Amino acid sequence: MKKIIVGIAASLTLGFGLGTSQSTLAADFSGERIEWIVPFKEGGGTDTWARFFSPLISETLPGQPTIVIKNVPGGGSINGANQFDARGDNNGLDVFGSTASTLFYSMLGDKRARYQPRDWIPVFATPTGGVLYLSPDLGVNSAAELVKLQDQELTFPSLGPTSLDLVPLLAMEMLGLKIKPVFGMDRSAGRLAFERGEVNVDYQTSAPYIKKVTPLVEEGKAVPIMSWGILGEDGTMQRDPSFPDLPHFAEVYEMIHGEKPDSQAYNIWKTFFVAGFAAQKIMFLQEGTPQEIVDTYRQAAIEVAKQPGFKEKASIAIGDYDQILGKNVDTAFKMIFSLSDEDTQWIQHWLNERYGVRF
Amino acid sequence: MLDVMFAALGSLVSGPHLLYLGLGVLLGLCIGIFPGLGGIAGLSLLLPFIYGMDTISGLAMLIGLVAVIPTSDTFTSVLMGIPGSSGSQATVLDGFPLAKKGQAARALSAAFSASLFGGLFGAAVLTLFVLIARPIILAFGSAELFMLTLLGLSMVGGLAGNSLIKGLCACGLGLLFGTMGGAPATGEFRLSFGIDYLMDGIPLVVMGLGIFAIPEIIDLLRRNTAIAEASTLGGGWVAGVRDLFQHKWLALRCAVIGCIVGALPGLGGSVVDWIAYGHAMQTTKSKENFGKGEIRGVIAPEASNNAKEGGALIPTLLFGIPGSGSMAVFLGGMILIGLEPGPNMVGSNLDVTYTIIWSLALANVLGAGACLLLSRWVARLTTIPYTLMAPFMIMVICFAAFQATRNLGDLVALLGVGVLGILLKRFGWPRPAFLIGFVLASGMENYLYQAVQFDGWSFLTKPGVLIIAALLVVSVFFAGRHVARMSRQIGPQAEDVVAKPSLSDMLPQILFTCVMGAVFAYGLYDAFQVMYLSRVFPASISIVMLTLIGIMLYRQLRCRAGDPINQDAERNGENAALPVGFYHYILWFAGLILGCYLVGYVIAMTLFFVVFLLLKARASLLRTSVLTACGMGFMIILSHVMVLDLPTGLLQQAVSLPWPLDNG
Repeated sequence: MKKIIVGIAASLTLGFGLGTSQSTLAADFSGERIEWIVPFKEGGGTDTWARFFSPLISETLPGQPTIVIKNVPGGGSINGANQFDARGDNNGLDVFGSTASTLFYSMLGDKRARYQPRDWIPVFATPTGGVLYLSPDLGVNSAAELVKLQDQELTFPSLGPTSLDLVPLLAMEMLGLKIKPVFGMDRSAGRLAFERGEVNVDYQTSAPYIKKVTPLVEEGKAVPIMSWGILGEDGTMQRDPSFPDLPHFAEVYEMIHGEKPDSQAYNIWKTFFVAGFAAQKIMFLQEGTPQEIVDTYRQAAIEVAKQPGFKEKASIAIGDYDQILGKNVDTAFKMIFSLSDEDTQWIQHWLNERYGVRF
Repeated sequence: MLDVMFAALGSLVSGPHLLYLGLGVLLGLCIGIFPGLGGIAGLSLLLPFIYGMDTISGLAMLIGLVAVIPTSDTFTSVLMGIPGSSGSQATVLDGFPLAKKGQAARALSAAFSASLFGGLFGAAVLTLFVLIARPIILAFGSAELFMLTLLGLSMVGGLAGNSLIKGLCACGLGLLFGTMGGAPATGEFRLSFGIDYLMDGIPLVVMGLGIFAIPEIIDLLRRNTAIAEASTLGGGWVAGVRDLFQHKWLALRCAVIGCIVGALPGLGGSVVDWIAYGHAMQTTKSKENFGKGEIRGVIAPEASNNAKEGGALIPTLLFGIPGSGSMAVFLGGMILIGLEPGPNMVGSNLDVTYTIIWSLALANVLGAGACLLLSRWVARLTTIPYTLMAPFMIMVICFAAFQATRNLGDLVALLGVGVLGILLKRFGWPRPAFLIGFVLASGMENYLYQAVQFDGWSFLTKPGVLIIAALLVVSVFFAGRHVARMSRQIGPQAEDVVAKPSLSDMLPQILFTCVMGAVFAYGLYDAFQVMYLSRVFPASISIVMLTLIGIMLYRQLRCRAGDPINQDAERNGENAALPVGFYHYILWFAGLILGCYLVGYVIAMTLFFVVFLLLKARASLLRTSVLTACGMGFMIILSHVMVLDLPTGLLQQAVSLPWPLDNG
């Protein structure tokens, strides 16, 4: 029956000329199978994020297509991104889920990253925040007291200097903290090391912070210092609504240096912050996907986020923040690719000098 | 606590929950049988379905699946010598020789009852331990984990066979291979030759298949018989169960090992079976039978790898930190059904935790029961002429290897590692020692680096470190005593009987030793291309190994008769009389991989099936087409349903082909 109606509708459109809008018809996914490439193994954060959204989006897209998750791990998301870039169709049947590192590799000019995320078309983005916390042994109770630590070396668990940890590493340096990073530890291993007392400074993204670090704070085993903040609609940094009592990074910078941050380093930090936190996970369509299909996808994401009960479900699986939808995602996306050549050289140089990263 | 436990049991057995558990078990059995598809593939297949399911049913299904995979993956390990998953690699060592002796049914039933025992033990431990585990897990920091990797490495002494020096060299080779890819401290790429594929290192699945499965497949093809050399299949399932009862203490100890290693986040599930196997060897007086069909060598890894799942649930539930690869997916599943792991799993959510534990126990009973019933029938596979089986085996291992990173590089690596495996086997370099080194390398280097960063070298005086060091000394002592005894047994008496080998006879092995020396020399050179922190580990290994290679070379050049270091299965061993050399089948295999590269897996594999069955198995045209259609049809449908890629070649890149030829 449904097919017949679609058929009639199609012939009507053809009959009544080309002037009518085609957008509702062009993107009908009945009976189609959409492959959503996730550039990591099953089970990680990006995989869970995609698996959370895939049934919701599948129900909302016209024609209720099947959406299958295809995991293409390797190279810290480089393999999957290369594959999508080279082979993904631009008919809306291939989509890609990126995370911070996917964009970081490309922004930093890693040779293995042969993909051009700048050309992809973002559908929606999922933000997250982050909180930096210290061990109570350091005797610091708030961000204002951070100056006390300027002569002390702090041990910080990190996955690697070009991972998401780039953002906190650069931030802590701008605050004048002396950091000794220990690499090869992901966020959960880092949290465990913090609980063991092996490291004395750590950060977590919002959802794990709330669920796993807040109990430590209540027991007096961790001292929250600051959040990274969120990106306001006007492009300025604001306090994270999940942590209204904590100052955000720019505030703390002002506390310590007595002036608002406005250096090249800060602008670079902010760009990486947007790619790493404010728009951490992005659903992409291939370059050259027709506008109707892009609009259909974006509309589906808007409807998913409007569904009753979405926020509650989302808060466990992917965090508490509002999704970046519709045209807003273009704005965030443009910010990510706003680095000038000098900026890129600056960050490459910084990574090389501090951590010996070669480009 | 007791009332919560029984309330959880009550809610599990009421309503449709048990049905979902059964479904999970069934799926787990099917997936576990298939090499390359472990818990990760199975769970991700289930995830779309559990979305929106009620909590208990969803959990029951997930646990049902996870719990039985280490049970059913035993089938291929024992019957075909192909590790069913990375958790049952050690089972191959003695399980497969037993199958060759015609005792497949006995080996399988011993394995399944050991699995059942281990699984139940794991669930029991979880019941109590989950309440007190938090401080214990926190006590294992980087320093302690580093010591545990050393303890694991000390098992090599037991696994070394009759020449300790070869065991050490094989282990060192494994360690060096394990450093391939991004270094933990600086992220620099070592031993990657600028090839993208090698920048992540060689995946463990590919290593396991290449080192164990390929040499066995090629060996069997050269012998051209069925797997079971005996004409009758002796020893039914009763014998296997009796074996378990006879070695009940061994099974218990190995289950304990499984729980502990599983519960420590960071060591990874793939070490468990090796540690248990090494333990079985160290605690057995007469070791001659290990590697030739010793039932202890089957019971030990199987008891431990099922117990591991219970252990691995502890950090997953308490900290949200997965103890193994499949636990990572399980964690994702928990989040999707709205459960957040953490301390509340032993607080307000204790009932959920006990539902998980009961599901684990029930699933183990169901899974092991089903496998025991099947084993009698499935064991008959070993009586089929091997040339008929071989294409299926090769199809399966290529598929399994490709699932590691879904890159054609997986197949090339499989071929390369396979050749290495054949050579190691030929020259008597113990392959288990190689694999232990490979499995432990990254953890060892990473934890050592972290421990030194955290505490400096004073980490060596931490109490936990000292306790493990004491265990290490005991382990090394036993290993040393074993080696001394072995060399006494073989040394003098053999010298009288065996004539001094000629230099030309020795040439291949001397050449191989030289090549391995060159590998370590390159490792040393490569280590000096990276920064200090990433250099220390590979450079130290290479230097030690170059010394050992030097000693080995000296002894081989001396050509002393009866020296256990002399071994060449092609010249003076059991393979000398075989009609075709191993390179013959390597060429077949290389041709297949080249075919995959050119025209993709589906076309290349179909051609391989047809040509191989016609030429090698001398099957009729009808039989050939039926077997090919069955094999390929199954593979294509499986990969379509599970959304798994098959390798595509240049042809698929150039023109678009209809399904299934375009698969990818």
